[in-house]
Parts: sequence; structure tokens; C-alpha cells
Amino acid sequence: MTRLLRDRRGVFGFVVLLVVIVCAIAAPLVTNGEPTAQRDIVATRFLPPLSSDARGVFHLIGTDRFGRDVWTRLVYGARISMGVGVLAVLISLVVGVVVGAVAGYWRGPLSVALLGLTDFALALPRVVLLLLLAALWQPSTALVVTVLGLTGWMGIARLVHGEVRALAARPFVEGAVAVGARRMRILARHILPNALTPVIVAAALGVGNAIILEGGLSYLGLGVQAPTPSWGNMIASGSDTLVNAPWVATAPGVALVLVVIACTQLGDALRDVLDPNLRR
Amino acid sequence: MLARLGRRLLAGLAVVLGVVTLTFLLLHLAPGDPIDIMLGPAATAEQRIAQRTALGLDRPLPAQFASWLSRFARGDWGNSIAKGQPVRALLGAAWRETAWLVALSLLLSYLAGLAIGAVQAARSGSRLDTLLSVSTVTLFAMPGYWLSVMLVLVFTYWARLLPAFGTAGLDSDYLHGASWLIDRLRHLALPLATLTLIGIGGAARFVRGAMLETLSQPFIVTARAKGLRPRRVVGRHALRNALGPVVTLLGLSLPVLFSGAVFVEAVFAWPGVGRVLVEAVRARDYPVVMAASAISAVLVVAGNMIADVLAAWVDPRVRAGAATP
Repeated sequence: MTRLLRDRRGVFGFVVLLVVIVCAIAAPLVTNGEPTAQRDIVATRFLPPLSSDARGVFHLIGTDRFGRDVWTRLVYGARISMGVGVLAVLISLVVGVVVGAVAGYWRGPLSVALLGLTDFALALPRVVLLLLLAALWQPSTALVVTVLGLTGWMGIARLVHGEVRALAARPFVEGAVAVGARRMRILARHILPNALTPVIVAAALGVGNAIILEGGLSYLGLGVQAPTPSWGNMIASGSDTLVNAPWVATAPGVALVLVVIACTQLGDALRDVLDPNLRR
Repeated sequence: MLARLGRRLLAGLAVVLGVVTLTFLLLHLAPGDPIDIMLGPAATAEQRIAQRTALGLDRPLPAQFASWLSRFARGDWGNSIAKGQPVRALLGAAWRETAWLVALSLLLSYLAGLAIGAVQAARSGSRLDTLLSVSTVTLFAMPGYWLSVMLVLVFTYWARLLPAFGTAGLDSDYLHGASWLIDRLRHLALPLATLTLIGIGGAARFVRGAMLETLSQPFIVTARAKGLRPRRVVGRHALRNALGPVVTLLGLSLPVLFSGAVFVEAVFAWPGVGRVLVEAVRARDYPVVMAASAISAVLVVAGNMIADVLAAWVDPRVRAGAATP
């Protein structure tokens, strides 16, 4: 941890993500009101950033076309976007680690089948599949999480498979076999903890990617549905009012880019800290 | 060598078959019926049944799938349910628009990415390296649908320089020669800039990594020890050897030519594959979606193979390894 905090990229990623997550959790405390609250639309719409409306409510980044406070929507949108990103990656992690570990540790037909499945899923065109799945069923946040999770586990499975195979041949595993430990226990206690480094890095990168894709689906109207704010559908609705109120589309995009940069930087720093062999 | 190639082709064929089977199942399991979308709510039950029979949608699913597969393999991709046009013509026209946009952006972003990555690796750790790293990481993190909107804001609404929608102006039919070309290029500018800028972010990051890896090899030390100028060491010795992974990445981006611009096409109303695909999925246009997913799968598989061939072409060591299985 201290080594991570000595890395500038690590500090940047850590601080940005911490701020965003704290804001998202403490959303009612750092905002003024509900993200979907509308009052007198004509009087409060398209207020520029740093202005106050007639009721004296301050709008840090202005209001959108329905007079909703953009800052409030941005913070509540962070809940959705970060939540979707993290949950989707968690699903990918569970599927990827199970498939990779089983395929790496139990040789034989099961392993061949799982590896074949991974290669097959890797060859699926992800964007086409996302469009299909998201458009064919009623769009919802849960569907987006599931779809992103189920189309993102293959890289992790491959990483885990490679690590587990390499570790299974190491002396400390042989030692565990020699003292009579059961296979499940060896895998869970001895092998997996040692295989997790690249997985953590891949997960950090995956969260950024999932947030971008969630935004894309929501942008096309296939993801999180209005009036629930997500950064993607905020960009979409803001781009309709680009002339009157450019801040509506700009703010969620800036937040999204910052979070994605933070994820990649934290991922890079973690890789360097956790794996001395890769350090340059 | 031939046996290896045969095995890979068979495996690739299996993947393509798997993808189209999965697409077929997903399409038919999902709620929604193309007949409803086609005929609207006022249609009578008889009309629906007649239309269903005419399109062959009343037959059992395995029979529908088998007949689609055999016709597709023979090059008959059927007609779009929603638009009535032949699927081939529909996808062909859309593909031309996507392909030249994406091909141009790939070319530009790899050229710029190679240059930036090489400079960064040569000056690794310098202020210039840090500055370029920050820029490329930022570009790489930008979602296409947002960067395009921002470019439209700046260049269309504020500067009033460039058009934001479509491939040509309303008056393009009356333009000839240079003015026609200028009109097309002006419409191309923003979508191309979006895709290229994001592409540069990825390419430069990747090239920098590959170059640093190469620069730590013993033969670079030798080249330096011989007293070669740094420019020559980086340009001749390192860059050539770092090309392997870069070329592999370029091969893997083949499917991107088909479906890589879905979100950017949506912003710029670019009449490419992405738009056709989104519309087709919404309208449950079975023949279009099936053909598009089959093509995507073929391109993914072919891209993997091309990447392998390219890797062997630029790196004699891989070629030698491939000859002795």
C-alpha cells in the first residue's frame, strides 16, 4: 500500500476513485435534492453553471432542459455508472476465475471444453452481441450489468488459467499434495491467492471499460433508462441541447473520462507494485 | 504447415457456426415479433398469418435455421424484412461507408501512434514522455460518443467550421470535381478525427510498451556500444523489432472495419454498419441481423489468422517456430 502511494499514477487513481465513490455514497449530503426533481421548468431550465434560481437554490453546474440540477444528477449518476461498472466486473471475475481455475487445475476433457468455450466466447463480436442482448430484451440496469459481465470474463479466465497451470507445477504445491491436502483446498488456499495479481490489474482496467460501454448502450437508449440518471444517458440527453446548455453533456463526460483514467492509472500502478518482474 | 492451417480453418468455421447459432437462438427466444413491427397494430389475424407464411416464419425453428444457413453459404442472404431490400445490397452499401472511415482512421492513428510511441520510448522518463503519456492516456479514456459530441460543440456550434451530420451536404448531387470532394472531406472530418484521436491513444501506449521492451534487449546495447547515433538505434534497430506486436494488433482490428464505429456513427448520422445493425435489431429484422453477425464472426476469425500470418511475416523467429510444430 505504501509503495502504491509512492507511485504518482497510483495516488492519482486512488484519490479520484475515492472522491467519486465517497460522493456517490454520500449523494444526499453533497447535493441539493432529488436527481429527478423538477420544479417550474420554464423558470429553471438551462441555468448556466454557478448560478442560483429564483428560489435561491445554487446550481454548481447549472440545470438541464427540465430544470434538473446537473450536479445532483451527476452524483446520483455516479452511483449508477460506478455500480454498473463494478458489478459487471464482479460477474466477469467470478465466471473468469472459476473457469480459468478449473481449466488450469483439472486436466482432461473438462479443461479442453472450458478452454474451447473461452476461445469461442473471445471470438464473439462483443459490440454486436451487446447490441443484440440489450435491444432484444426490455432495457434495464440489471440487464446491462448482466450483459457486460457475461461478455467480459474471457480475458480473466485466460489469465487465471495460465497462472494456475504455472503455479500447479511449483514445489510448494507439490508439498501441499504430499501432506495430503485435498485438491479443492490446494486450489483455494495455495494456488489462487498467488494467481490473483494479474486478475486485480485486469479488473481495474475492466471497470473503466465497462463504464464506457454502459455509457454507450445508455447513449443509444439501450441501457439505463431515463429518468434514472447514468453518465451515458446524461451525455445523450445533453447532446440534444448542446446549443443552449453545453454543460449538460460536458460534465458527465468529464467525470467519465476522469474515472476511466483513474482506473487505468491505478491498474498500471498496481501491476508495477504487485509484480516486481514487470517493473521497468 | 498445411495440417496446422487446416485445423485452424476448421476451428474458425466452428466458431462462426457457433456465433450464428447463438444469434439465431437469441433472436427467436427474445420477445418481439417482426410481423408486429411490419404490419402495425391495425393488422387482422389473417393478414398476420399470411405474412408469416410468406416469410417462412411459421416453420419449425430448426428448419428455418437450416434453410437460412444453406442459402447464406450459397451467397443468398435474403431480403430485409423491414425494408424489403436485399440484405447484401443493404449491408454492402453500409459497409462501404464504415470501412473507408475506419480504415482511414486506423491508418492515421497507427502512423501517429508509431511516431509518438517511438519518441516516448527514446526519451523515456523525460518531461516530453510524461506529457505525451498524460495526453495519450486521456485520449484513450475518451468514449467515442462523448468526444464526438464535444467536437461537434467546438467545431460546428462554436467555430461554425464543419458539418456534424451525414456523409455529404444536401446539395451534393449538384456538386462536381473539387467542390464535391471538399464537401465529402468536410463531412468526414469530425467522425474521422474522433476515431483517430481515440485510436492514437491506444496505439501510442502500445507502441511505447513494445519499444521499451525492445530497447532493453542486448542487441540494442550492442548497437549503442558500436557508437551508432541514437536516432539510428531507435529508428532502425528498435522500431523494426517492436513492429511485431504492433502488426499483430493491426491484424486483430480487422473486425473493427465492420462494426467498430457503432457509437460514433450514431452521433454523426453516418449511414454505416452500426446504424443498420441498431435499426435491424430494433425492428427484429432477422435476415439483416443474422448476416451481420455472421460477417462479424468471420472477420474476427480471419483477423486472428491474419494477425498470425503478419506476425510471421515481420518476425523470422515466429516463421521458423511455425515451420516446426
